[in-house]
Amino acid sequence: MSSTLPAGGAAFDPVSKSAKRNMINPPPGNAVRRSPLADKMFAWVAQGAAWLTLLLLAGILLSLIVGAWPAISKYGLGFLTSTTWDPVKNEYGGLVMIYGTVATSLIALIIAVPVSFGIALFLTELSPTWLKRPLGTAIELLAAVPSIVYGMWGLLVFGPILATYVQQPLQKAFGETPYLGALVSGPPVGIGILSAGIILAIMIIPFIASVMRDVFDVTPVMLKESAYALGSTTWEVVYKVVLPYTKAGVVGGIMLGLGRALGETMAITFVIGNFNQLDSLSLFQAANSITSALANEFAEAAEGLHQAALIYLGLVLFFITFVVLALSKLMLVQLSKNEGTKT
Amino acid sequence: MKLSFKLSLTSLVASMAALPVLAVAQDVTGAGASFPAPLYSKWAADYNRATGIKINYQSVGSGAGLRQIEAKTVDFGASDAPLKDDELAKKGLVQFPTVIGGVVPVVNIKGIAPGQLKLNGQVLGDIYLGKITKWTDPAIKALNPTLPLPDVAISPVRRADGSGTSFIFTNYLSKVNPEWKTKVGEGTAVNWPVGAGGKGNEGVAAFVGRLPNSIGYVEYAYVKQNKMTFAQMRNAAGTFVSPDDAAFKAAAAGADWAKSFYQILTEQPGKDAWPITGATFILMHKAQDKPAQAASSLKFFDWAFKNGDKTADDLDYVPMPANVKVIIEKAWADIKDASGKSIATK
Repeated sequence: MSSTLPAGGAAFDPVSKSAKRNMINPPPGNAVRRSPLADKMFAWVAQGAAWLTLLLLAGILLSLIVGAWPAISKYGLGFLTSTTWDPVKNEYGGLVMIYGTVATSLIALIIAVPVSFGIALFLTELSPTWLKRPLGTAIELLAAVPSIVYGMWGLLVFGPILATYVQQPLQKAFGETPYLGALVSGPPVGIGILSAGIILAIMIIPFIASVMRDVFDVTPVMLKESAYALGSTTWEVVYKVVLPYTKAGVVGGIMLGLGRALGETMAITFVIGNFNQLDSLSLFQAANSITSALANEFAEAAEGLHQAALIYLGLVLFFITFVVLALSKLMLVQLSKNEGTKT
Repeated sequence: MKLSFKLSLTSLVASMAALPVLAVAQDVTGAGASFPAPLYSKWAADYNRATGIKINYQSVGSGAGLRQIEAKTVDFGASDAPLKDDELAKKGLVQFPTVIGGVVPVVNIKGIAPGQLKLNGQVLGDIYLGKITKWTDPAIKALNPTLPLPDVAISPVRRADGSGTSFIFTNYLSKVNPEWKTKVGEGTAVNWPVGAGGKGNEGVAAFVGRLPNSIGYVEYAYVKQNKMTFAQMRNAAGTFVSPDDAAFKAAAAGADWAKSFYQILTEQPGKDAWPITGATFILMHKAQDKPAQAASSLKFFDWAFKNGDKTADDLDYVPMPANVKVIIEKAWADIKDASGKSIATK
């Protein structure tokens, strides 16, 4: 029995319950019934808003494809594997930027997810009550810092620290070792893939942490208390009760962070070095990302292939984001399939 | 108090009466290069005070400026890289230079004062090609036999964004370093073989200031205002020169402006000429659909040529020499309205 059957429903209810409902809701008979037309209009408007989003998405995709067409028709998918980016000879390939975008975002996630998980766990399960609110607010405030500030801080403060106290010792230790040595080679200037990844991690931690904290908070207390009552440790409660209950929200929060990392522009431009060659896989090698290349070159790009190649890069970024989102949905489906089975 | 109020009221009424005539026909919009943007804004503000006419200049970059003037969304475009004469003819555009600026190599080496380090085009090109990697390279030592240079790696810094500054710099390197010409070439953005990219002049200046043993290139104004350690360059005549207004003017004096405005002032002859010099340009359509706007634009630049030299000096740009200004104003006769009449002479 639900309140969506106002007129008849009340009559069938036991007397006591019906009296209680009358106190909360005015008697249904007295309410002015809205005309069906208003209802329909509302439905249309809501539906229109939903369709508008789809239409916008299709429009963006279409205009990207049209803008990138000269480059698509010339290079095809070979664009994705070529490392040449030469505006003078009008030769373009996107692998350097694609690699930069994916590598920095991956580094950011590897750092940000465990840290955010720790923050959320502490705030919801371990923190004394008086600390919860100020700490939570501080983390949310971090999300409000403009990205250019992170970029400048990364260039002027963090870069030199990374070069002096991380890269140079690492080079001393591993410089001669094969593979590991190549991973830390390069001039010690403190800009490149790793510093961009770390800056990105700092930028997305507040997003992931606050989403995780919010979803951890909605886990029913009764479930947690039951687990504790059965003798679980805090870790067991979080791992076996809270995480399974909130997995959709947690994955959503991580994807939100990843989306931000993939699309971040200004902070990256400052610390990545904007270097369009892929001659070493060193973490300290200056590189470029899709967004940074777009921001730097679009204004001065001559009409024709250069501009088309940049738009093609934008299309690739769109595609990467789409794939990431699709993968996260697939992951959730897979997770819910296993629900209820014994582990 | 009362009097001044009355005065301001009458002036307000007067300006309101005058406003419709001016506002409808003559407000002008331009867009393009970021290098001259501070100067154009200052000129526009002074011009607005003098005449009441508003000039809007959007600093969107040379490439975007060219796109916008071709699409006729603005009354004039501005670009740091001049168009070749045949391209101009094809697009139906006229171009003319407004001011001159210099691009200057700057370094950050401990113990080296401004102007102490001497370089030439060959060495500068080899540094940016990644062939010269240490400050103690024999080629650098040969130019600076007595200078105590450290035995460390050079960190080259360059522009990450497409820019007129890079165009002038790479054009110079292409002229003086054959390998640069075949491997990299010239343009507002090129395929840099080495170096970290900074965004804008301020980005390069910040990088060079922060990275020990680095070298970069910035516009002269940044060198002067930030007191950066510039290097002396050997020019086409074989003398070492320091960057200053006189050296840029000497470079501009050598060009044959009467023949064409397509002049890139790098590696100009002349004993005192700074080798990495360039002018910034204005682009307008030859055939004008909006003659009133075009006339207003030309009037603005005419005013700027007559009254704007001091402003340019203050902002560390170099005004065009007087004889070149005469040639430019003559060339304005090519800008015509629909009936084929010259706009500038109306």
